[in-house]
Amino acid sequence: MNAALAILTRELRLALRSRMDWLLPLLFFVMVVLLFGLGARPNDPVLAGFAPSILWVGALLSMLLTLDRLFRADYEDGTLEQLCLAEAPLALTVGAKLTAHWLLTGLPLVLLAAPLAVALQLPVAGLPALVWGLALGTPVLSFVGGFAAALTVALPRAGLLLPLLVLPLLAPVLIFGAGAVRAALGGLDAAAPLYFLAAVLVLCLTLVPWAAAAALRNAFE
Amino acid sequence: MSSWTWFHRLASPPSFYRLADRLAPWLGWLALALLGYGWINGLFFAPEDYQQKDAYRIIYVHVPAAALSLSLYVGMAVAGFVALVWRMKLAESALIAIAPVGASFTALALVTGMLWGKPMWGAYWVWDARLTSELVLLFLYLGVIGLWQAFEDPRAAARACALLAVVGVINVPIVKYSVDWWNSLHQGSTILKMGKPSITAAMAYPLFASVIGSYLFAGYVVLRRLQNELLSREAGTAWVRELMGRSRV
Repeated sequence: MNAALAILTRELRLALRSRMDWLLPLLFFVMVVLLFGLGARPNDPVLAGFAPSILWVGALLSMLLTLDRLFRADYEDGTLEQLCLAEAPLALTVGAKLTAHWLLTGLPLVLLAAPLAVALQLPVAGLPALVWGLALGTPVLSFVGGFAAALTVALPRAGLLLPLLVLPLLAPVLIFGAGAVRAALGGLDAAAPLYFLAAVLVLCLTLVPWAAAAALRNAFE
Repeated sequence: MSSWTWFHRLASPPSFYRLADRLAPWLGWLALALLGYGWINGLFFAPEDYQQKDAYRIIYVHVPAAALSLSLYVGMAVAGFVALVWRMKLAESALIAIAPVGASFTALALVTGMLWGKPMWGAYWVWDARLTSELVLLFLYLGVIGLWQAFEDPRAAARACALLAVVGVINVPIVKYSVDWWNSLHQGSTILKMGKPSITAAMAYPLFASVIGSYLFAGYVVLRRLQNELLSREAGTAWVRELMGRSRV
């Protein structure tokens, strides 16, 4: 557990020293959402209907941008190999790295989503479902994306492959995340899709660190 | 552990290659016979559907392809699991041999489904649970193939693909039960039902024949691809040289 905490603080400290690394994906997210607004007719009411899907796809894409670098630097300078050899279970340290990734890229997205949704004229009734859905869904993006990044860490050009590996696995998260917002807008109870997202999250938290650890070990054989 | 010697012998590439060589022609000819019976009867002699008229006849291609798209994925994931746990080389090759076949059947199921959907539902494509999850299945297959092509070392590639295939297996029950779990435009199962099937025998027998025939055909293709994979992977070993010396190359 100490090792996991040490990794977590290390990741956060590293991020603090190079702020652009985690600010740029957020900026990208804001840009994507605003470009949708600019591309549509000014004040088009239709945009509000697409807001859940725009925000979710924007979140997916901006997380996707960061995945390639998730393990790359540690792989190149040998830190990752040391983590594989260390006494602390690799699944735990990988879990800590992925948690740090979510804190740096997922959590800010959750916080940014509400003001952007208002900018897209999403009715206030849909906001809680959107924020809760993103809060439950973005960790899944971090974990599943981390698994794909671990699979491709030894490949020189993984950037093009990652979307093909990650997006199919994340399709259910997108469907239920955007579905929760639509349910809330339609006056229905958004709890069912949110519970489903929570179930997926629990599944990911328990299983993905082991799969990602196995993928990382494979990179060193 | 002497009872396991047959298993180890089967898992060794040369003896599996010889077994596949003996088995494949049988599968191929049986597949041809069953598919010939099933498709000719299904397309020409089976009665017309009272509601869908002649358009339902695409079922003789669509249902086998859809069933195989799922079965081959499960087969690929099982091979991946065996490759990961027991580090069995044969299972690694099997995984790679299955992936393109599965992707082809998934694409076939999607295309025939779209052609069937146009006259029945009035649209080639609807965003519905069964169709969408089948499309995701195609992307999962393509992901495995893409990952395989990206690696240079075949063993590392096979293990990475195995991990991906095992993680992706979660999609299979979603495709299978999507018509029961969600309100889908796609019709429910008419054949594999408890009790009496809701399809008449004159339609059902050609369908069974084409399903079994397609499975045998897929088995044939996978075995032949697996043989090729073994040959290219073991190129340079004594048994491949001996084999190539015997047959004309």
